[in-house]
Formats: sequence, structure tokens, C-alpha cells
Amino acid sequence: MANVLEVKDLNVTFSLHDGDVSAVRDLSFVLGQGETLAVVGESGSGKSQAFLAIMGLLARNGRATGKAVLGGTDLLALSPTELDRHRGLDIAMIFQDPMTSLNPSLKIGRQLAEVLVRHRGQSDSAAWRHATEMLDRVGIPEAARRADSYPHELSGGMRQRVMIAMALLCEPKVLIADEPTTALDVTVQAQMLELFKTLTDDFGAALVLITHDLGVVAGLADRMMVMYAGRAVESGSVDDLFYAPNHPYTFGLLHSTPHVEDSGQRLRPILGLPPSLEHLPTGCAFHPRCAFVMPECRTARPELTHRGGGRHAACFYEGELKEKEAAE
Amino acid sequence: MSAAGPILSVQNVGKIFGLSAGFLRKPLILKALSDISFTVNEGETLGIVGESGCGKSTLGRCILQLLTPDEGKVLWLGRDLTTLPAGEMRKHRRDLQIIFQDPLASLNPRMTVGGIIADPLRTLMPELSQKQRRAKVIEMMEAVGLLPEMINRYPHEFSGGQAQRIGIARALITEPKLIVCDEPVSALDVSIQAQILNLLSELRERFNLTLVFISHDLSVVRHVSDRIMVLYLGRMIEYAPRDDLYNDAKHPYTRALLSAVPVPDPRLARARQITELVGEIPSPINPPSGCTFRTRCPYALPLCAEKRPEIEPVDAERTVACHRWREIADGAPPTQHAGASA
Repeated sequence: MANVLEVKDLNVTFSLHDGDVSAVRDLSFVLGQGETLAVVGESGSGKSQAFLAIMGLLARNGRATGKAVLGGTDLLALSPTELDRHRGLDIAMIFQDPMTSLNPSLKIGRQLAEVLVRHRGQSDSAAWRHATEMLDRVGIPEAARRADSYPHELSGGMRQRVMIAMALLCEPKVLIADEPTTALDVTVQAQMLELFKTLTDDFGAALVLITHDLGVVAGLADRMMVMYAGRAVESGSVDDLFYAPNHPYTFGLLHSTPHVEDSGQRLRPILGLPPSLEHLPTGCAFHPRCAFVMPECRTARPELTHRGGGRHAACFYEGELKEKEAAE
Repeated sequence: MSAAGPILSVQNVGKIFGLSAGFLRKPLILKALSDISFTVNEGETLGIVGESGCGKSTLGRCILQLLTPDEGKVLWLGRDLTTLPAGEMRKHRRDLQIIFQDPLASLNPRMTVGGIIADPLRTLMPELSQKQRRAKVIEMMEAVGLLPEMINRYPHEFSGGQAQRIGIARALITEPKLIVCDEPVSALDVSIQAQILNLLSELRERFNLTLVFISHDLSVVRHVSDRIMVLYLGRMIEYAPRDDLYNDAKHPYTRALLSAVPVPDPRLARARQITELVGEIPSPINPPSGCTFRTRCPYALPLCAEKRPEIEPVDAERTVACHRWREIADGAPPTQHAGASA
């Protein structure tokens, strides 16, 4: 499988009034053509900031270093004008709340057509026609009529479909979806997940799915990367990580998640709270909450190392992870 | 889970909101709830599930009389709360508390944690001295897993999970019998969500609490509830003991809802058949005629547009509101009708 995106040593730092804070540290990964990679983590894990940095969309006090190579071009080395040519064309991103991402005063069709006029140099009428075709392809009923509506006239699920249509217009190689179903009702979420399943096949795009919902990951992703306090702590195939996690944090997340098909199960939360990025613990950032902590975890930080079968984990403990009764 | 009789009995409750349509226009009527009836036994947890706009939060507020129902009764220990004068109602407020979804937004940013937790005592248990109050605050902070030395801190110094612990302590301090939990873990990260769910079940045992647990998350509701009520557009769709509902749902909406919940298990997720519902929830201002679910129901017949299904018993413990639940349970095929818009 050819790689469409290669990220190497990505670091994202924000300057705050009392110093710098690292949101993403030494992040490296590759994304294969047509694959779906889930990026999993809780708030503050850096999962969204890493991809905003790749898209050149960081807040003004944010800086990114490292490389993000897409089709031979390092996106992080481009000037804002050069980056504009790639954004929307080769790589596109959609967000949790479609209402705040759409222009409320422009008709849906116009917003989509603008993308084609700008990136593809199409005429207004051809662009409008392509826009309605794309709305139809993402499952919007009566697409020609809906193209004539304003965002507030559509439901939440329809708006998210419009966002997806807009992102796919130029057939990007990479689509980044940041919590795309979190704001939707369960039955609408199911429709959207079905749509995402067909996207990678129909459009040949690789999908990055940023989410905190392990249910969504299990149904959609091929591989996953788990982040904690700005770093990748484990990556590998979805099956490997769900059925035999190597990192205690992945293990903890899985045991914290209630399962709709199982009522007898007792939840085993991860103890404590996620650390503040301004005051990270020494050694492994997860060690104060880890049920498998060892003395060296407090002083040294484990590197992300290869564990065979395309898996990586950053943990000194290499034994089997089993539930510890005494962990409470 | 004691076998005591019902502590709360809700009978045919309805709630209507008038929405202004503009100057000199007739106001629009939004029927948020119609004909809701159920009982909750002492020590039990009732789960209320549904998607946005189904009326689940309105129902929680009607139980507590934070909203006054327009129809029906709310019997608390046999007394109808809807007709009580304000002064009488205040005596019952001690027994009935609520925990909100957004933990930080529900805490006064200018008050210390100690002040926030003690606040209900000022009005509801004014007989306590300041010293007694403080002792109770510290006892509650310990019960919910907060360190007593945090008592003088302000809400912004806490994370979402800790803020929810403060909200729980504030609800517990009047020694309530019933707590309405309105999406108490929806805003929290997964690892913290599990902590709060375990805390709630531990507190329920310890203080013999009765809980009404409102959530859109069916995995969470399954985890905490003894019985569950499913709402759709302000109406009861199905009401059943937990395992009956999850193992053998009768209403097509409940079935579709359950099949749509993502499961955190890749092999199971790949093998699962999803009943995909078309469209989205219709506007509650102009709901479909007959059965409000019919516009999205894979089993809808013309009858469903003409006549609203009655709430009928399935067995002694459960009810369902669907014309075709028996046929569907016997394996009736979908009618392919799905897709007609409201």
C-alpha cells in the first residue's frame, strides 16, 4: 500500500502569556492510500491540534515544526498562499459542528460551487451542476432543490453531509474528519457512518477519523493511533489494539467504555485525571494513572517502539495486560 | 434495588410550550410531552432515553416541578406535587434533587466549592448551624471523592469530572431520596465518564437513592438502569425492564436505535446488521399524524398515519405503543414504505 501522507516529528507549541505549552510532541505516522486511520484520545491529547497543524489551521499563537509530506510536498514548509492551493484540493478537513463551518448567508450550492471555481477554474454554471451531483452522491435527497437552501434550513445530519460533499468536491487524497458524528443523534450517526464506509471505496480517499468514541472506531477504522498528553502511545490494526492492547492507557480506555450488548460488565475506569500540559509528570506522562506502573516509569520516558506485526507502543511494561482487581 | 412500592408515580403527564411566531401572529404550539405514565420504586434506577427533542429533559424537569406539567399528576409518596402550594413544595425539595449535564456551567463561578455544596442547605435545612453545615459539606466531598482541602477553591480550578463531583455533592447534601440525573456524563471524557458512573452506583447503594437517569447514550443507560423508558417526539414508545428491552425490544424504533449504537468491538461491529432509519426526527411543532414515528418506520402501514397507537401492555411489566408490535415480533417483513417525508 502506497503512503499518501507521511508525518515526521510533528511538534505543535502554543505561546501563552506565561510561557510555551506543547500540545503535540514528536508525532510520526504514515497514512496508506484508501485506508481509514482512527486517531483516538481524550480532550487535551493533541489529536485535533496535530491535524489542524497539518492543515495550516492552528490558532495564531500556535507553531508547528516537523514534516507532513503529501504527494512529495511538505505541507509544513509551504507559505500560506502555497498551502491554499493544496487545502481543499489534495487534503480536506471536516469538523464536529457543521453549522459553524458553513457560511450562514450563502446558499449551499454556491458554497460548494465556489470551491470548484477556485480550485478547478470551472465556470459558475458547470460548478453549480457538479455541486448538486456531489450533494446527490453523499445521500442528500432532492439535491438540486437543496442546493438552493441556506444552511439553517437543513437538519444537523444534512449539514454534515453538505460538509462532506464540500470536502470531497476536488477528490482529495486525504480527508480528515474531526469528531464528525459527535453532535448527531444515534440514528443519524448510523447513517453517517454508513456513508463514511463507502467514501474510501468510492472516492479512493484515505480517511483520518479523529474521535473519542471507540464504538465509531471499531465500526469504521482499519488502523488506530492512541494519543495521550500530546504523544502517540500506541498504534496498530484496530483488531490488535481492541483485542490485545499493549499500552495500559489503551487497555484502560477499552475497559472504561460501556457496551450496549453487555449489562453485567463492571466499568473499570482509569484512575485520576489527565495531566495538565503545562505540568506534565516526569517520565511516562501516564504513570500517575497507570495500573501497571514500575519504578523506571517515574524517571524515564518510554519511546514508541516496534512490537511486531506493524504495531507500536510506548511502554516499559511488556507483559500481558490483565485486569488488576486491586487497582481501585 | 429494594422491592418497596412506588416512590414516584407519574400519571398522564403532558407539557405544552407556546412559541412566539411573530407580532400579532397566533403562537405556535409545541407539545413537548403527551400522556406520559410510569412509576419508580424506591432504590430503583429508571433510565429515560431518546434522541434530541424527544422531551426527556422536559420530563425530568416536570418530575421536579421545575416546569409545571399542563396535564396529569406527579405523585411523590402519594401526594400530587403539581397542585401543592409553593411553601408545601419547598418541604419536598429536600427529597428531590437534580444533576445537570454541563458540570461547569451549572456551578456559580463566584462561589467557592464549599459555598456551592452548602447552598441548598441555606434554604432547605436552615435549622443547621454554620459548623454543622461545614461538617456536612466535608462529609459529602469525601463521599464523592473530592479532597476536603479543596473546599475554598473556585469552580474554574476544576476539570469537568471534578466539577461533576461537586454537582453530585450539592445534590446529595440535603439527603434526597430521588435524584434526576440529566445527561450527567455526556460532557465527560471516556475514562472520567466511567469514574462518575461507578460513583453514582456506589452512592445509590450507600444512600439508598432512587435515580431517574436521562441520557441519549444507550450503552450508558443499559449500564445503570433497572427499567427503561424510550421516548420519541414527546411520547412513550416503549417501557420495559432493562434486559427485556435490550434483548427483545418490541417497538421498531427501539430496535433501530439499539442496532444503531456503535459497539466497541471490531468483529462484532463488522458482523452487525444495522437497521438504518431514513431521515431525521420531524419537527415537534408539526408532528406527523397518527404514530409520530411512522415517517421513519420500516414497518409503517396506512393505518399508522390514521390512528395513534395506544400504549398497550406486552406483559405485566412492560408496555409498547405500536399497532404492529405483535406481527413484528413474529417476524413480519419491513413494508419498504420508509422514506416518505412528514
